[in-house]
Amino acid sequence: MEKDIVNIGKSVVIKGELNGSEDLTIEGHVEGTIQLRDHVLTIGPNGRIKAQVFAKMVIVLGEVNGNITATDKVDIRDNGSVEGDLIAPRIAIAEGAHFKGSIDMQRKGAPQAQAKPAAQPQAAAPPQASAPAGAPQTQQRVGV
Amino acid sequence: MGLLDRISTRKSDSEPAAFQPPVPDVDPLFSTKALRKFLGCLTSREGPVLIDLGPVVGSNVAYFGEQLGCKIFVTDVFADLDRHAREGRLDQFGDFLASKFTQESASVDGVLCWDFIDYLDKPTAQKLADQLTRVLRPDGALLGFFGTAPQGGDTYYNKFIVSDEGVNLRARAYPALRSRQSTLLNRDIIRLFSGLRVSDSFLLKNNQREILFRKPSA
Repeated sequence: MEKDIVNIGKSVVIKGELNGSEDLTIEGHVEGTIQLRDHVLTIGPNGRIKAQVFAKMVIVLGEVNGNITATDKVDIRDNGSVEGDLIAPRIAIAEGAHFKGSIDMQRKGAPQAQAKPAAQPQAAAPPQASAPAGAPQTQQRVGV
Repeated sequence: MGLLDRISTRKSDSEPAAFQPPVPDVDPLFSTKALRKFLGCLTSREGPVLIDLGPVVGSNVAYFGEQLGCKIFVTDVFADLDRHAREGRLDQFGDFLASKFTQESASVDGVLCWDFIDYLDKPTAQKLADQLTRVLRPDGALLGFFGTAPQGGDTYYNKFIVSDEGVNLRARAYPALRSRQSTLLNRDIIRLFSGLRVSDSFLLKNNQREILFRKPSA
């Protein structure tokens, strides 16, 4: 079964509450609240978000001004920018990304992380080379 | 008076110069002793709260956040300093720092000050030191690096990357609009942080002093 990816185009401006139950890519401007509790939110390179964000996973290639809470992971890629507080069990911040705020990785809720041997930190987190998730060329449809 | 105390204060110009990384290909790796002790202070607490004054480093976030379970405040004051320099508002930077730290008093377990003090004039450094002392809880720790020699012609900041579980640090240089302002004497550093006590002080092979401060118990 093919998975639809909703894409909010770069000319779209949304003010208010955005809820969804599928993966979403935002290239436009959103102000307010975004909730994708069990899905992946991708802020594309053109995306400009001024919102509180709740999702399973949040990938940032554009700009976010606001707090992000993810049940799985926050991934700020190269040239991505976040000013706000992050709460997630896993957080990746690439070299070249901008971040200002607080980070809470909630280790208490993840006993596995305590059990595993401590990984040696690397000199720098390399930017991930994969294409932005949720931005396929063939299955885009403009929502809103 | 020790050798370091005799090093004279230096003023340098603040003109931005074309950036030339000191080591273009490899980030210099240096051994650190105080960081291990700082980590020991942090990990003695459950869910320690950490302020990092440097730019965000992904691997440091993973180390402090995921491995050590810290709540981290990334407070890139180097970027703030550059912004003030660019806008010609360096005279306001002290007041900016005085209102920058919104954390409650005695709520923070550790502060990674890195070498930021070296880039400030003394009145501004004092305002920063007062704020960091205020937010630090009793028994909390502050780690600072202080140069012992003037910076060369290039202006750059260092991004410190924790390596090998805190045994080593990598210093990655990146362009700056302001050079180091002075080389502080040990007694000046101690006066700056008069609300803290020096727990450990080391002179590293790269001629940097690393000083671990602890806040006395109430």
